[in-house]
Amino acid sequence: MPVKTYREAINEALHQAMREDSTVIVLGEEVSGGAGCDGSRDAYGGVMGVTKGLLPAYGEARVIDTPITESAIIGAAAGAAQTGLRPVAELMFMDFFGVCFDQIYNQAAKFHYMFGGKAQCPMVIRCTTGAGWRAGAQHSQNLTQMVTMVPGLKVVCPTNAYDAKGLMLQAIQDNDCVIFVEDKILYDTSCEVPDEMYTVPFGEAKFYREGSDLTIVAISNPMHKVLAVVDRLASEGISCDVIDPRTTSPLDEEAILESVETTGRLIVVDEMTPRCGLAADISSIVAEKAFDSLRAPIRKVTAAHSPVPFAPNLEDTWMPQESDIESAIRDVLEYA
Amino acid sequence: MSTETNSLLEPKSTEQLLDAEKFLQAYRAMRTIRSFEDRISEQFMKGNIPGFLHLYSGQEAVAAGICLLLDDNDYVISTHRGHGHCIAKGADVGAMMKEIMAKQGGLCDGKGGSMHIADFDKGMLGANAIVGGGPPIIVGAALSAKTLGTDRVGVAFGGDGSSNQGTTFEAMNLAVVLKLPAIFLFENNGYGEGTHASYAVGSRDIASRAQGFGMPAYQVDGTDLFAVYETCRKAVEHCRAGKGPVTIEANVPRFKGHFEGDPQAYRGEQEVEKLMKDQDCLAIARARALKEKIVKAKDLDRVDQEVAELIEQATEAALAAPAPDDSELLKNVYSSAY
Repeated sequence: MPVKTYREAINEALHQAMREDSTVIVLGEEVSGGAGCDGSRDAYGGVMGVTKGLLPAYGEARVIDTPITESAIIGAAAGAAQTGLRPVAELMFMDFFGVCFDQIYNQAAKFHYMFGGKAQCPMVIRCTTGAGWRAGAQHSQNLTQMVTMVPGLKVVCPTNAYDAKGLMLQAIQDNDCVIFVEDKILYDTSCEVPDEMYTVPFGEAKFYREGSDLTIVAISNPMHKVLAVVDRLASEGISCDVIDPRTTSPLDEEAILESVETTGRLIVVDEMTPRCGLAADISSIVAEKAFDSLRAPIRKVTAAHSPVPFAPNLEDTWMPQESDIESAIRDVLEYA
Repeated sequence: MSTETNSLLEPKSTEQLLDAEKFLQAYRAMRTIRSFEDRISEQFMKGNIPGFLHLYSGQEAVAAGICLLLDDNDYVISTHRGHGHCIAKGADVGAMMKEIMAKQGGLCDGKGGSMHIADFDKGMLGANAIVGGGPPIIVGAALSAKTLGTDRVGVAFGGDGSSNQGTTFEAMNLAVVLKLPAIFLFENNGYGEGTHASYAVGSRDIASRAQGFGMPAYQVDGTDLFAVYETCRKAVEHCRAGKGPVTIEANVPRFKGHFEGDPQAYRGEQEVEKLMKDQDCLAIARARALKEKIVKAKDLDRVDQEVAELIEQATEAALAAPAPDDSELLKNVYSSAY
């Protein structure tokens, strides 16, 4: 099977979806890039190069460069979704959600419900997230928890290229507003990705490793750190169930609960701030529904409760690191 | 509110563009809006309507005038003062009454209410309780029209209050950049909630501000159905010809408070009484239609009578209808499997 990067996998999904369905459009800032530049309309392909090649294939009517205008991008996508198109809007950095949040949580997320099921909003909002780029507080944060708590939105966090393609194809087919969170650290990671179209269903967790001593749930980029630690500790005989929910809304609660019922221990790892976050949410679900199975306190391994700092040493300390994950595992296993 | 003559101000309509059929259609819409709102105001006072009501009385000629030029395939998006737009676009008055009374059979199954009333079969994409929430969405509807190659037009209604929101600016700019068939129709009733436009709108008027985005913009006397129709006709033709967006600023009175029950301490003495006496678009339209012999008084009286019966039936049916079942609570949060 061919090996593709996370970036190539998403690009391929967009190509295939646009080829199959003429109502799929892509819009955002410099998604062809940059409009008005002489002779190089496909020069950019989005700030991360994910939409490169779409313009020559599908034309200006369906690959639409916009001004820097986040509210209008999301509002236009929502209006277009209500009236016959399937827009994929790019918001460049998740940090920019604040600029257009009304259009996300008051508009797109609510159309179907508050209009009595008579409107649909089949749109995808692509955005990038993730620290580690030395990009400072306004280009690094992960706000997945803010959109996960909004009823009406579906939220997708692919951790590898295979899932990224299948989840993107699923997202474009879906009739609700889907937030598609791409960790920019992962763009150049790769794995085997089929050439043909396939979908990965929402709400079905993936088991990266199967084990009996403890359950580790990890979201997005930290999964790769978890796997490195778990594989090292395997030589000491530590056996972990490692679960990637893949979508935070819907969340595959069943997979997590079943695992904890076997292992009796839970660690949740994500790169978000700890208060009211996904790690807290998953911990509370397990505490409420699988309390009798627990043999040790649940541990959260998250970012620090601060904006993302600029200084490299501080940013590295801010992010959950392999050492944090390893000590959490040892603590939980040592608990009497 | 500025009504001074300037380059943007459309002259009072002199051409008689409305024939008897069109006039009666508009008059019926205007009368239905007025009667509907008078009745829900009364029902609200009786405690039969939950929540808030923001009434449109005094502005009827604007909704009726532009909707004469639109059909079910064209899109409008509305404000929290949205009953008038919904009725003018052809929504079922009985289902509207049920929705506002939070009953089964309402346009949105009792999930929307007054501030989120919508009728997608009629191209009415919803009242919007967020000031400035609608313009970006109508840009999307206009984008669909352009991308799919239809000649549909999208109209975003807004008030003077929404003209100050950033979302509105972004929507106007994007519509110009992408040359979309969108009309930004500002009904300047002089008040954004309880704050006067002379304080809150920093520019001379809204139309000239919109013109700065690079689109044609007109001002029109919103109490004059004929003038509204004439101005909107130019705007709709411009959009259907693929020439991009247009803005219209219609100056209108607001007969009611921001919401029903608003004591309106911010308004001048006798202000509302004077407006209702001198600037009632229904009385003005009726007088002109009779003077120019477009219709006879008995034709108008018949419409009044038919509308009165319609509103009576809608009210009785809504009062008698059951509330939504509790099992509806979690229905339609998502449109496909969760």
